[in-house]
Amino acid sequence: MRRAAAVALALMALALVAPALAPAAAPAAECPRTTLGDVENEVMCPVCGTPLGLATEAPQAERERELIRRLVDDCRSKEEIKQTLVAEFGDNVLALPGDDGFDLAAYLVPALALLVGGGALAFAALGWRRARGRRDGPPGAPSAGAAASERLQADLDRYEL
Amino acid sequence: MHRSRSPFVVAAVTGVLALLALLAYGLVQSGPDDGIDTALARGELPVAPGFALERLNGEGRGSLADYRGKVVVLNFWGSWCTPCRDESPLLQRWHERISARGGTVLGVDEIDVTSDARAFVRELGLTYPMLKDTDESLRPDYGITGYPETFVVDRRGRITALRRGPVDERFMREEVLPLVEERL
Repeated sequence: MRRAAAVALALMALALVAPALAPAAAPAAECPRTTLGDVENEVMCPVCGTPLGLATEAPQAERERELIRRLVDDCRSKEEIKQTLVAEFGDNVLALPGDDGFDLAAYLVPALALLVGGGALAFAALGWRRARGRRDGPPGAPSAGAAASERLQADLDRYEL
Repeated sequence: MHRSRSPFVVAAVTGVLALLALLAYGLVQSGPDDGIDTALARGELPVAPGFALERLNGEGRGSLADYRGKVVVLNFWGSWCTPCRDESPLLQRWHERISARGGTVLGVDEIDVTSDARAFVRELGLTYPMLKDTDESLRPDYGITGYPETFVVDRRGRITALRRGPVDERFMREEVLPLVEERL
């Protein structure tokens, strides 16, 4: 009888404590689902000069991975982890090129190529149109199709049925 | 007979040449600067490039200028670098040896996790001043190609010797000791 009372008391205590434990568990459920692989593809191993995912043996890369694992375990989002890496290793740790010096070429060259390519296409279209215009005769002159239909109309008028 | 070239050919050739020029410029820019090595080989003493960096222990900033008038053994290292670990006890011994005679070892931690670097310093009992170069900003100025690298700076702020790789007792005795013993 005494044992049953003790068990009942323990269950009641558990029921009281359970709601208090629930909020503590909630943040874990909200933890961003970041993995080492997510971050590895977007950051560099600064010593190796390659993306971290490709740096397999460099000791510095292994340290960087350990730091990322710690931050993942700490429930940090990918952006937060990248910010921490920038604070530790500088902007060069980001896989995207910087926006100054030679790195700027990574943005300027495609833009320039697009501009030059677009210009070349426009120029080509213009040239093609001019060439076609020359083939079809001077502007304003009736086209070959129009002359033929005029001739046809004249013939039809001559042979009134 | 003069035959005019198609504007497309001209544009394509110009584009390819421009890309090649850009590639060449990038290669030249990213290559290590061996200006200090060349100057030393010619018998010149180049002025050590100045800098101001965060202290590794987080207590403000420190600069090379703080040690003007002293002989500075400027050592670039990282806690992830095994040869750096191997040479650190030697640097610590020499720091203790020269610090009372107007000399110091000055460590610059490169591309490192701060907590790892601090643990390294604690573990090896290093007492010489340490700065942290977060983004290798000194790499181009000093032409650093790997770690560790050590530059000996005289009391006038000029580089008198360098070692690209770990230092040893002989280097310290031949390159540092005479500067410390030199009277101004």
